[in-house]
Amino acid sequence: MRARGLVKRFGDFEAVRGIDVEVRRGEAFGFLGPNGAGKSSTMRMIACVSPRSAGELRVLDMDPDVDGPRIRARLGVVPQQDNLDTELTVRQNLQVYGRYFGLSRAHVRARAAELMDFAQLTERADDEVEPLSGGMKRRLTIARSLVNDPELLLLDEPTTGLDPQARHLLWDRLFRLKQTGVTLIVTTHYMDEAEQLCDRLVVMDGGRIVAEGSPAELIRRYSSREVVELRFPPGGQDGAVHRVRDLAERVEVLPDRLLLYADDGEGALATAHQRGVQPVATLVRRSTLEDVFLRLTGRSLVD
Amino acid sequence: MAVDTSATTTGTPAGHVPGHLRAIWLFVESMWVWYRRNWRSSAFSSMLLPLLYLVAMGLGLGTFVDAGGRAAGAIGGVGYLQYIAPAVMVATAIQNATGEVTYPVLSGFRWQKNYWAVASTPVSPAQVADGHLLWVTLRIGLSALVYLVIAALLGAVASPGAILALPVAVLTGMAFGAPLAAYSATLDTEGQQFSVVFRFIVMPMMLFAGTFFPIEQLPAWVRPLAWITPLWHGNELARGVTLGGLDPLPALGHVAYLLALLVAGVLLTRRMFDRRLAS
Repeated sequence: MRARGLVKRFGDFEAVRGIDVEVRRGEAFGFLGPNGAGKSSTMRMIACVSPRSAGELRVLDMDPDVDGPRIRARLGVVPQQDNLDTELTVRQNLQVYGRYFGLSRAHVRARAAELMDFAQLTERADDEVEPLSGGMKRRLTIARSLVNDPELLLLDEPTTGLDPQARHLLWDRLFRLKQTGVTLIVTTHYMDEAEQLCDRLVVMDGGRIVAEGSPAELIRRYSSREVVELRFPPGGQDGAVHRVRDLAERVEVLPDRLLLYADDGEGALATAHQRGVQPVATLVRRSTLEDVFLRLTGRSLVD
Repeated sequence: MAVDTSATTTGTPAGHVPGHLRAIWLFVESMWVWYRRNWRSSAFSSMLLPLLYLVAMGLGLGTFVDAGGRAAGAIGGVGYLQYIAPAVMVATAIQNATGEVTYPVLSGFRWQKNYWAVASTPVSPAQVADGHLLWVTLRIGLSALVYLVIAALLGAVASPGAILALPVAVLTGMAFGAPLAAYSATLDTEGQQFSVVFRFIVMPMMLFAGTFFPIEQLPAWVRPLAWITPLWHGNELARGVTLGGLDPLPALGHVAYLLALLVAGVLLTRRMFDRRLAS
């Protein structure tokens, strides 16, 4: 997948403002950004269900404007909101969907059995979808997206709204897919998800790409190795800022805490204590993509 | 237990683009899978309700009509049961089509969102639109067939020409259903508009467009309203082929009017689906 100067406009509103992206075969690539950053619009263009307004776009070496159906035949799409047929069974959802890819009944029957196994849904094969849990529905949506053996899998916010256990199970399944050589493109506003899944990612904000690299590279480039979090009662952090300013490469002032970006977190914390800074709670942790995003945009990812 | 993404199980190639008509048919197939599980919930309203009309009006009210006088004269000397039987089939086709192109279309976009799922496959939005309309066509055709068989057993069918009334009923149903499907595809609501459609368009049309009595019984200034309804044209045709006395020229006019509505409706529905699913 390759995009040059890709733009999406809806009337006067420019959702995607000229982005350059290249995703290589077999790679797991992420679009990280807050809601409204233009990730989903970008994904819809790549999925060939939304014509681009300007720029260049090639998916699987074809032009979506010309070869939309041929590209879609080789894509797997996991939409942000499940659109399963809730009045059909798990098995029927997979079979009916598979038929749209020109696959024979025998093929979709065999494929459905494999995919239910993969998604750990075999026990619920002939149950209606409606009463399934959110995590099961999500797994079924992912299983459904694989029915045509896609070369490229597009996942729009794959684990939003799921509990931690369900998210880890999904990540595990996606990781296995990656092992088998499927190219993954993921949008997310969870930095842990991006770190778990993506070899490389771009950070999007306001329809533009503000940074690009592997999670480790981005953290190295835009943050320090460690972060000290000093939590204060409301308003308490303002008095402490000037006393810790020189202990870190950078200090972020958030409503309830200070973030000290330093390579030696424990050392900075010890010095702060010596100087009589008394937060109600402290935490030394490694830097995450959340810190990268904060640095790049001045805002947090999840509002 | 890693998933097999190379499709070696069956040796057939992975996804490809189905042919144009095949893609449309695949959507019909998916609706059929759903229908096989859920047909019971709609069987009463789509198949038995029209027979209740036929029995209550044709046999009940019919005894008064057939007793003679002005009413019997106005319907041209046939029994009232035979008089209304073809028209009730046409009116029912419109009602059934209405049911299938309102909430189900809205649901495809808003609730079940199954249209979005299909649009992400090689099948195009216009093919989804055609598929849905073809599915409705088959459904109202099936209901009309069941009705016709039972009506024949009740002695309500005047002649074998009623076989031709079946395609007339389906054409009329879709001449109303296709434009309505296009309208449904523009809605982004909970469907409050549909109760207006049922109450102020479908029901009055059923009552006043020549199903139960000839529109010549209406005041002259109301008749043009009946003329613009697809139901009146369908009723004239269905009665004509069943009871006889259909002149070629008016017949052609009725068919042309219904076809025009149908074609406009199909084109508009394709356009609305495309606008909504691929923007």
